[in-house]
Amino acid sequence: MSFSTTKSVFWKGVREGAPFIVVAIPFSMLFGVVATEAGLNVAEVMGFSVLVIAGAAQFAALHLMQENAPTIVVLATALAVNLRMAMYSASLTPHLGGAGFWQRALVAYFNVDQSYAMAMIEYEKNPQRSVTDKVAYFLGVVTPVAIAWYSFSLVGALVGSSIPGDIGLDFALPITFLALIGPMLKTLPHVFAAATSIIVALVLSGLPYGTGLLMAGLAAMIVGAEAERRLS
Amino acid sequence: MNLSTANIWLIIALLGLGTFLIRFSFLGLIGNRKMPAWVLRHLRYTPVALIPGLVAPLVLWPAATQGNPDPSRLAAAAVTILVGWYTKNIIAAVLAGAATLALAFWIT
Repeated sequence: MSFSTTKSVFWKGVREGAPFIVVAIPFSMLFGVVATEAGLNVAEVMGFSVLVIAGAAQFAALHLMQENAPTIVVLATALAVNLRMAMYSASLTPHLGGAGFWQRALVAYFNVDQSYAMAMIEYEKNPQRSVTDKVAYFLGVVTPVAIAWYSFSLVGALVGSSIPGDIGLDFALPITFLALIGPMLKTLPHVFAAATSIIVALVLSGLPYGTGLLMAGLAAMIVGAEAERRLS
Repeated sequence: MNLSTANIWLIIALLGLGTFLIRFSFLGLIGNRKMPAWVLRHLRYTPVALIPGLVAPLVLWPAATQGNPDPSRLAAAAVTILVGWYTKNIIAAVLAGAATLALAFWIT
């Protein structure tokens, strides 16, 4: 509970979040490059990366803006891509709901795939930590990711030239997510949930705006919870 | 792009606000209130219900190969999951996956 442990938990988060910069750097740089080529100025590129801070949604919005889609369509599509984060928010609540308003607001702003997944793995490993320490860990994980995200959006916007072609860098994002799955498979119900998630997401991958993933998520949560209830 | 500067900033501002509200939603509104056991039971499976589904299409149909399954990337994915599952060490899993991909690229 003391200040010094909270500080060390924050730094533990920073160390464990650091590997994700290999994803954040090429992804944010690519956004900066593509957005600049589409005609956005540096301030607008940084507006996206700082105010929205959600890669997939930023690319979706940019794509529709280039096609001159109506503003309402741009917003609805990009927000649909982000809807999974409402599920992240709900599942963080049992751990962080006791934090103060501004701390919860700060966590919400930084609630991205990587910080969410890493924090949940840590909270389930060490559930006895205080709320303050749990918030510190979350913010620690996201610190290197966010710094890389902001900086390399700017680099992409200023340099404006693309990243070297096929050196497999596109696969950095899948590899970091795949690395998180192993530690999540703690019990048989978790394995059932993961299998459901993969199957439903693949079957419904043709649905627009990430709605297939939302349905896969709901189905997998039900399968996991139901398996837990029956097996226990 | 035929959008005015004001329109671009309107999109950025509303998208930023909307995204924040989605992320804040439950964390903000429920806060410290107790949730029923069945809700908590479902929420325990949220990470494992979303992350595998998020990544599965990226593994099977990579954009870099025009959506065609690629043996190198599939091998790297398999190694990453196995090492992550066996060691529970995220960094070890990332490094093993990246090394597999590098090796597969070098061989092919």
